Amino acid sequence: MHALVLALLLVALPVTAIPAGAIVDPREMLPDPEQEARAREIGKGLRCLVCQNQSIDDSNAGLARDLRRIVRERVAAGDSNEQVIAFVTDRYGDYVRLNPPLTAATVALWASPAVVLGAGLLAVAAFYRRRRMIAPPPDLSEEERARLARLQAE
Amino acid sequence: MTRRQIMFALPALATLAAAGGFYAMLSGMRRGSFDPRGVPSVLVGRPVPGFELAPLSNWDKPGLSSRDILEAASRRPVLVNFWASWCVPCLVEHPQLMRLAAEGVPVFGINYHTGSQTDPGATAWLRRHGDPFARIGIDLTGRVAVDWGVYGVPETYIIDRRGIVRWRMAGPITPEIQDEQVRPLLAQLA
Repeated sequence: MHALVLALLLVALPVTAIPAGAIVDPREMLPDPEQEARAREIGKGLRCLVCQNQSIDDSNAGLARDLRRIVRERVAAGDSNEQVIAFVTDRYGDYVRLNPPLTAATVALWASPAVVLGAGLLAVAAFYRRRRMIAPPPDLSEEERARLARLQAE
Repeated sequence: MTRRQIMFALPALATLAAAGGFYAMLSGMRRGSFDPRGVPSVLVGRPVPGFELAPLSNWDKPGLSSRDILEAASRRPVLVNFWASWCVPCLVEHPQLMRLAAEGVPVFGINYHTGSQTDPGATAWLRRHGDPFARIGIDLTGRVAVDWGVYGVPETYIIDRRGIVRWRMAGPITPEIQDEQVRPLLAQLA
């Protein structure tokens, strides 16, 4: 039992031990605090393709560092947030965006909450309709009444 | 078919379909043609991005620019391979690159994220395993790799005779991928 618990802990540890804080290397920061804030904001919305469920702002992978540098270069060069994101999606596709845009390929993804909610509502409606349709049981016959009275008297 | 029979058949059919799907995924992963973490390349169908990279010093191969690729590709389709001496999967695909180069396919190398221009790791690697590359460019900062949409090494691209990227492989070219994808495409584009 102890071995099992230990094994489960070991499996769970790498998942829970990921540091939550974002990576901010002072050497990477832009001198203008406003531009730096914008670069961080853009970075939070871009996926690190090496460690796929982290943003480039959170990841310490080499590619994330390269992309953070490019984002800061573009921001410093005067690009708008949309232009910077377009620069990156032009090279890595929409998958690099953690907030995927609505396109033909992502319609199913965006529609899924509505579909699931609709299916749930239909199931609830079907449940209540069925419950209404089930006829109430017929009244007790004379014989049954007599038997019930006998049982209650005992 | 009665309702009862349908209720029994449905789960069985769903299980069969799932088994078929998993089998296709697993065999694809084993052959290297399917990568569940793979990201499709947006570069396929587009021209080669412009760049110019210095050669690896202490090695007798010239550097690499997009002009070199276009010039070689005008004669026959070429391979562009992103690799690094610290990359273990690169070792898996190395014999395939050596074979393709020996057959006369122009293979261009871009050394990804080298620490310095004189990368002792890279020269030692080439000396030990052989050098399949016609030219080698050194991408010190990984900037050219970003322009190609590279997210890991090895990555290999095939460029057709008009200078358009036609194929991208993220991960090592296994002997299966070489025979089933690389060779037929090179023959088709020749």
